[in-house]
Formats: sequence, C-alpha cells, structure tokens
Amino acid sequence: MEQFGIWLAALLTIGIISFLYKDNILYKACEAIFVGVSAGYWFVTYFWDNLYRKFYLGIQGAELSDQIFLWMAVALGVMMLTRLFDKIGWLSRWPLAFIIGATAGLYMMTYFVSNAFVQIGATITPPPSMETIGDKISFVLIAIGTFCGLIYFFFSKEHKGAFGGAAKVGIWFLMVTFGASFGYTVMSRMSLMLGRFDFLFGEWLGLIK
Amino acid sequence: MLKKLYALAPFTVLSLILFSLFFLSITPIAIAQDSTDIIIEPATETVDDAFIEAQKPLAPTSVAAIDLDNDGGGAVLITWDLSVDDVEGGKVKEYLIMRSASAEGPFEERGNATLGIGRFTDNQAEVGEPYYYQVVASNFARSNGDYSWKAVGTSQTIGPVSSSAQWFNSDRTWVLVWMLLVCGAIIFYIWKAKSGKKIYIRKIAGIEEVENAVGRATEMGKSIYYVPGINDMDDVQTLASMSILGRVARIAAENNTRIDVPVSRSLVMVTAHEMVKEAYSKAGCPDLFQDDQVRYLTDDQFGYAAAIDGLFVREKPAAIFLIGAFFAESLIMAETGNSIGAIQIAGTAMPAQLPFFVAACDYTLIGEELFAASAYLSREPKLLGSLKGQDFGKALFLLAIIIGMIMTLFGVDWLSKMFIVR
Repeated sequence: MEQFGIWLAALLTIGIISFLYKDNILYKACEAIFVGVSAGYWFVTYFWDNLYRKFYLGIQGAELSDQIFLWMAVALGVMMLTRLFDKIGWLSRWPLAFIIGATAGLYMMTYFVSNAFVQIGATITPPPSMETIGDKISFVLIAIGTFCGLIYFFFSKEHKGAFGGAAKVGIWFLMVTFGASFGYTVMSRMSLMLGRFDFLFGEWLGLIK
Repeated sequence: MLKKLYALAPFTVLSLILFSLFFLSITPIAIAQDSTDIIIEPATETVDDAFIEAQKPLAPTSVAAIDLDNDGGGAVLITWDLSVDDVEGGKVKEYLIMRSASAEGPFEERGNATLGIGRFTDNQAEVGEPYYYQVVASNFARSNGDYSWKAVGTSQTIGPVSSSAQWFNSDRTWVLVWMLLVCGAIIFYIWKAKSGKKIYIRKIAGIEEVENAVGRATEMGKSIYYVPGINDMDDVQTLASMSILGRVARIAAENNTRIDVPVSRSLVMVTAHEMVKEAYSKAGCPDLFQDDQVRYLTDDQFGYAAAIDGLFVREKPAAIFLIGAFFAESLIMAETGNSIGAIQIAGTAMPAQLPFFVAACDYTLIGEELFAASAYLSREPKLLGSLKGQDFGKALFLLAIIIGMIMTLFGVDWLSKMFIVR
C-alpha cells in the first residue's frame, strides 16, 4: 500500500511538472484531481471544524451569552444560503455587510498600529550601536528610504520638482528591496524543487540513498 | 624453525603494539570511572533536618501582587525583592510562584522565575476571583530527574488580589491621539470633497491602463480574467480588490466583453458575484451577466493556482488582473499569464510577492496604490476625500520622522518613545 502511495505521488508530481512543457492530458487529469480532492477536503474540514466542533460541541453546556453568539453566527450562515432562492436572495447581503463592516472596524486599529505607528517608531529609534561610521550610514539610509518611500505614496500631490525627485529615490529604494527579496524567495523555491526531486529520485526511484 | 619464528616476528610486534594500545585505551576509562564514583559520592550524603536547614535560602521580601494594568483581565503581576541568597553560587536556584484561593492555602505552583528576576505575570487568573500569592526561593539538588533534597524559603502571603479588565489602554494614548488626527483629517477632506472642492489625484500607471486592457480584450474578441487573490473577505486587500473588480467589470460590460472571476473562497465568490452583477446592471446590460462568470475553484492555495494556470492556457484571455492578497502562487499565475501573451495588471500589498509581479506583469499596483485605485477609478468624492486625508496623515508621519531623526542624532529620544506600542 505504501508503494502504491509513492507511485501515485510520483506520477502526480510528474503530471504537474509536465505543464512546464505544455498543457497536456496528464496535467489536466492531475489538475482535476488536485482541485476536486482539495475542494472536498476543505468542505469536510470546515464542516467538522466549524459546524461540529465550534457550534455543535461549543453550544453544549455554554452560557446563555455564548449561546446567543453561536446562534447569531448560525443565523448569518443560513441567511447566506438564501441566495439559492430568488425571492429572498437579498437577505444574503446582510451577512456580507456584517463581515465587511466587522473587518474594516477590527483591522483599522491593527493596521494603523502595525503598518504606520510602529514603523515610524522603528525608523527613528536609534539602533543598538551607533559607534561606527557604518552604523550611522545605515541609520541615515533607513531614514532616507522610509522618507522617500512615503513620498512616492503621496497621491494628492503631483510628483514634480524636488518632491518628484524624492519620489524617484523612493521607488529606487523599493526596487532594490524587491530585487533582494526576489533573489531570496527564488532560493527558497529552489529548496522546494529540490525536495520534489529528492522524492522522485530517492523515495520513488531509489537512485539517491 | 628460526626462519619461521623471524617471519612471525613482525606479526608478534604488531600484536603487542595493538594489545598495548588497547590496554592503554582501557585504563583511562577505568580511572575516569573511579573519579566519577568519587564525584557521585556526595549524593549518598546524609540529608537530615540539619542539612536542609543549612541549605535553606532566605525568602524574598517586599512581595506585591497587583492587577496587571491595561489588559483584558485575567492577569496578575507579582513582584518581589530578590532573596539575599540570590547571588552567584548562592543558595537560590529558582523562585516558585504559588497561588491559592484562600490565605490558609493550599498553595499551588503557578510558575517559576530564574535567578535575578523579581517579577512574574500570572496569566491564568479568573477575572474577579480573589487570589493569595507566595514567592518561594528554592534550593535543591537533582539526581536522575528527581529531587535529592529541596530546601525553600517562603515569603509572607500577600493578597487578596483579583484581576479586572480595563476599558482604556493608557499605554496607547499616543496611538489614540494620532488616530484622531488622521481620522479627523479624513473626515475633513471628505466633507470638503462633498462640498464641491476638486481634489487632485496623481496618475497611477497601472490604473490608467485598465481601460486599455479591457479595450484590447474587446478588440481581440477574448475574455478578461480577474483573480482576486487567495485570502477571504476578512482581508482589506480582498476588500480593495472587490472595489476595483466593480469598476473593471463595469468597463467590461460597457464594452460587451466577458469577464471571468475564478475565486478560492466562498465568501469572496458571493461578494464578487454581487459586484459583477451590479456592474452589469449599472452598465445597462443586466441580461449579459451569467452566473458562471464568477465561480469557485478550491480553497487550496496550489490547487487554485493549478486550476488558474489551466484556465489561462486553455482560454487564453487577452487581459488578466491579479489584484488582491497573494502568496507563493503569485509567480506561478503571473508567469503563466505572461507566457500566453496577455496584458497583465497586478496589485498587492504583500511585500514578498511584489517583486514577482513587477518581474512578470505589465503594470503593478504597489502596496497602497492598490487601496488608492478604487478612489482613482470611481472619482467618488467620499473616496477622494479619504485619500487626501490619508496623505495628510502621511505628511504628519514624515514630519515625525524628520524631527525624530534629528532628535535621535542629538541623543534626545522622547519622540521615539512616543511611538513605542506595548
């Protein structure tokens, strides 16, 4: 049975990799299996995790206030299903409005703190060491990069003159960062690819001991 | 006979050398084992009351327990002055924090603190329940994981103390001040925009090209694909993506060009369905909208990517929009779109994925440009005012960076402390 699993995994891996050559029948089969199995897997996961564990088990012995919250969630879920009926389909907009509104409200503070406030603090907080000239240059470079990067993201002022120059410096900083990030991420993808080849030539073909 | 003996001589010598080496290698082990025995010997020392009394450390003093400030309840902060025996090579090995529901006990261990540490947070207190605490300076010896002996110095019992939740986190007062400033600016500029003041928005290349991309698809008689990322509706990038989708779908509907929206989340499917349907209605052609234009594929990240790749190469759309939250699948999709020659406009605020979009797509909305796009496309006063207000907030932050840097270089750090968030 284990050998069957290894063979199946190997054939599916080859099927997906064959897309690099061109779209073909093997890739189509692998894609359909992947999409179908994963969609089914997530359906089962959501059912047991949400409906069974969080609702069915959660409501047993829960206090009244907690029960009300759980029933509210169920009501919103049922309202979502009203999309299936033309006449009352408009009810499904209510849970959507709830989710979008709650998301906006909840993340307003989180994003303001983590994406703005803390970043400013980190920029102007002196590094642990400011003794060498290198430390000082790093500190100034970080500040210039942040300053010019922010200038680039001004939308209500035309990027002209000194302001435009600073914005250009900002986009240069961004591009250099992207380049470094690109190289780093490609290396991590390489390790994923090596993992698959290790499986194919090791576990499957037994060529790597 | 002698010749035979001579012939055996080298083997005899070699055997002797090997035997000697073997003997020498054995001997030190025997010595080491002897010495180990000697070291272990103290374990057999007599552990009586007098010995324990001699090993007993002095208890920590000035123990205090208070409800932890600025939290949601459920935490008590215990502080103490270190034991006099808490010195290098002293009698204290660790501090144990004991808790009881009554002053008489029994006390249960809630955690420990290492040498030199005079504080501990009990994070498992029930809100409103009174507790009593003791801090125990502990000295011990272990053998095979068990205590050979243990001697403790117990502080006086303190309490009762109960935890409570605070409505306002005073550590974040400055966050509130800045938030009020930015929100105030946004409300002010929305009001100004609504009252008719024209607000300038600079060109955003990626957004400028939306109409061209749709026009290209119309001319070629091919469809448009709009991929809204793999996160659910609880991600602001997906929210922004839905807003842009509404505009793109409307332009597509006006041009009588089919737009397909394959999604990976059920809630995104519902929202995208509403957005596209409404866009067709606003364009005056609700009958052209078909339910299968917005379809669910799978929640799985790479299953979704595999399906999108298949759709791209089979349908060969003329324009592809990759706008939303993307992860490792970003390059897989963008590269496939690039290989079929589609014009690609991408947008995300995921820093790790932006390089891939920049490399593989024709236009990329970088970070905040994604959020500005809907205002740029719709030109609604509310969104334009909001964008202007956010720019005001950025100007304030820039000012803080400049002043903060100058102060830091001169060794003044009160401004940087303002931005520390606990």
